[in-house]
Amino acid sequence: MNIAARENFDKVVKLAIRSTGLIVIVLLGGIFFMLLYNAFAFFLKVSPMDFITGTQWTPSGKLASYGILPLLVSTTLVTIGAMVLAIPLGIGTAAFISEYAGKRLKNILKPAIEMLAAVPSVAIGFLGIVIVGPFLAHLIGQPNGLNALNGAILLSVMALPTIITVTEDALRGVPNSYKEASYGVGANKWQTLIKVTIPAAAPGILAAVMLGIGRTIGETMTVLMATGNAQAFPHGFLGSVRTITATIAIETGEVPYQTTHYFALFAIATVLFIMTLAVNIVGEYFVNRFRKYHSA
Amino acid sequence: MKKLTPIIEWGTLLFCTGTVCFYLFVILYDLIHRGAPSLSWAFISTQPSAGMTKGGILPAITGTVLLTLITAVVSVPLGISCAIYLNEYAIDSWLTRVIRACIRNLSGVPSIIYGLFGLALFVQGLRMGTSLLSAGFTLGLLSLPYIITTTEEALRRIPASTREAALAVGATQFESIRDVVLPAALPGILTGVVLTLSRAAGETAPIMFTGVAFYINSPAGYLNQEFMALPYHLYMLATQHQAIDVVRPLAYGTALVLIMVVFILNLTAFYIRYKHSKNDE
Amino acid sequence: MTNDLIKLSAQSVNLWFGSKHVLKNINIEFQQNKVTALIGPSGCGKSTLLRSFNRMHDLLPDVRIEGKLMLEQQDIYEKNTSVTQLRRRVGMVFQKANPFPKSIYENINYGLKINDVPKEERDGIVEKALRESYIWEEVKDELQKPATRLSGGQQQRLCIARTVALRPEVILMDEPCSALDPLSTLKIEELIIKLKKDYTIIIVTHNMQQAQRVADKTVFMYLGEVIEMGNTDDIFNNPKNELTGNYVKGRFG
Repeated sequence: MNIAARENFDKVVKLAIRSTGLIVIVLLGGIFFMLLYNAFAFFLKVSPMDFITGTQWTPSGKLASYGILPLLVSTTLVTIGAMVLAIPLGIGTAAFISEYAGKRLKNILKPAIEMLAAVPSVAIGFLGIVIVGPFLAHLIGQPNGLNALNGAILLSVMALPTIITVTEDALRGVPNSYKEASYGVGANKWQTLIKVTIPAAAPGILAAVMLGIGRTIGETMTVLMATGNAQAFPHGFLGSVRTITATIAIETGEVPYQTTHYFALFAIATVLFIMTLAVNIVGEYFVNRFRKYHSA
Repeated sequence: MKKLTPIIEWGTLLFCTGTVCFYLFVILYDLIHRGAPSLSWAFISTQPSAGMTKGGILPAITGTVLLTLITAVVSVPLGISCAIYLNEYAIDSWLTRVIRACIRNLSGVPSIIYGLFGLALFVQGLRMGTSLLSAGFTLGLLSLPYIITTTEEALRRIPASTREAALAVGATQFESIRDVVLPAALPGILTGVVLTLSRAAGETAPIMFTGVAFYINSPAGYLNQEFMALPYHLYMLATQHQAIDVVRPLAYGTALVLIMVVFILNLTAFYIRYKHSKNDE
Repeated sequence: MTNDLIKLSAQSVNLWFGSKHVLKNINIEFQQNKVTALIGPSGCGKSTLLRSFNRMHDLLPDVRIEGKLMLEQQDIYEKNTSVTQLRRRVGMVFQKANPFPKSIYENINYGLKINDVPKEERDGIVEKALRESYIWEEVKDELQKPATRLSGGQQQRLCIARTVALRPEVILMDEPCSALDPLSTLKIEELIIKLKKDYTIIIVTHNMQQAQRVADKTVFMYLGEVIEMGNTDDIFNNPKNELTGNYVKGRFG
């Protein structure tokens, strides 16, 4: 090929690649607009006040009611439970890997955690039914143990790899000089970890927690399989709950196209979208702050 | 007392790590221990029969394989091309920073929302119906942000001086990308692609209303028809079957096959990464 | 002296990175078959000037150039100038050796391949370029080995071979020895002096001894301006400008 042909070809390819870039951006932007558009259609029929404050989600009843509160409380309950279980375990494990484990142990633990992250959520949900459920049922005398606690336990397992990986990055990012200064004044390894390393890595750990929460809120299959999905307002950890994700999963399959109920599912999906977006943006903010702080 | 404290401190961390490992152990042990008896050549090579209480899961396996292939066809070229645009062509400005932030955040969007989008866009909007193609496109969209992010990371690791070297011997920008940048970034890109596809293969929520079915009569393979898939098959066997105790061994077998598929893809990715890190030394 | 051909020139060149004025009213000429050294403290714009002769700034955002840069009679930044062709005529060796992540052979062959050199000629050209760059003896038995396994000095000589294989008219060198040990530096300096008879060479360097060893002409730059240029001997022993004198005597920089 002569030079002119090559340079023309270069221009064509550049144009093609640029347009695929734009296509992708349009497609992904489409998700956002699709959600907003359908949610807007919903709010033309149901007042936002009723949606936000309603305590009943009974879209198929005779007097359809679209209150998001029971779903929101369910999602919150399960998420809080999962975080209570996962945060201490996650930070502890990350600290062990970054501060105590030798190179060989690290080379076993890190792939193990990646393996844990790779287990599909439907498999975790299945184990919720066959292991955690019967275990809880035996413990508290319920017939099947499908409740908020079960969901929280499973979600904590799913959030752990994210929390561990990001926390470990944060702990490793703390400059050695901080630790050396601490050893210099006579602190031991544990005191250094608690008093120096963890506080210095705090923004990074917060980011880890946020990203873990983001994953937990949006998880569908595990909660769908393990929490019982009762439509009533949630009654605490030992009762059955139905999260936003589970509601979408259950009802979308049966709902007729472009009815109020159909739009309602997009409305709760929009709420879910905004929640995960907020959590992820906060998480990203802390990741960046941590980086800036330590590269300065 | 003084001698005890370090043991307690160290023990706390060890306990945390041990618990996490215990979780993984329980998952693997239970699935293998109770799933292995169901595995047989017949299980993975025959159709389900007798109202799903007997027979194998062949259509679910082929369905998942085909679905993953379509996902790859949709997301890999588009994703890599978009990453090349962002990293090689786009001028760094507030706009590209916003685009990058959007793409990063899209990888945090719950998969069920992609399912809804697939339903609204492909199934209903473009009238593709509940089909293998609709589900594949939906998973393709879900995978795009991951492919873009990992590819861009791999491209960013190639130093600017490598691109300059190609330009300085008279390569056009595209030639420098095709001949020098992409080959050097390939292991990183491949690792990201395989990990993303392994995630897609295990997804259930996005395909639930875009094309997956509990049972189909014909073997999978028609793009415009519904199909069976391993994750959804497991979900249905575990929760929706009327004779749930009878099909439990089948559910375990399905779970084991699913997790094997996912782990094999993951190990492939680890292998690529490991081999590449060795080459760098 | 005066009848020597002017190979490269800059006429009233100004260059900005964003709002930063990096090159200020540069007027300069480079003679054919001479080695010219660009010296000056870090950040004085010498690398920026060097890179504007083969349009290496093209891919950077926010770069603005005014004035004329000429390769003989051709305007380098003219709209119809083919940048690909230009870079073939004006080769470049970078500060840090940057071989392609390919085999030694392929490192040199790549430029020939994309520039449509017939296949049957390439083996000969590769060998000749490696010989000219004094690296043939060291690598002739392992041409298929990845270039990244070579030592730093060998890599830089390979990069020079890659450049000379294309028979450019000008070779720009951006501190080619700054990352190398003294022995490798010496080898490359010998090579530069040998290459002079076929090429016009411009070399950016921080090393005053190096400039005196290899350069016929020297240009001293400071804060984006050309302060003084002339024969290397004059610049180092008889500077007209006080600033030049202070710099070459090592009082700052």
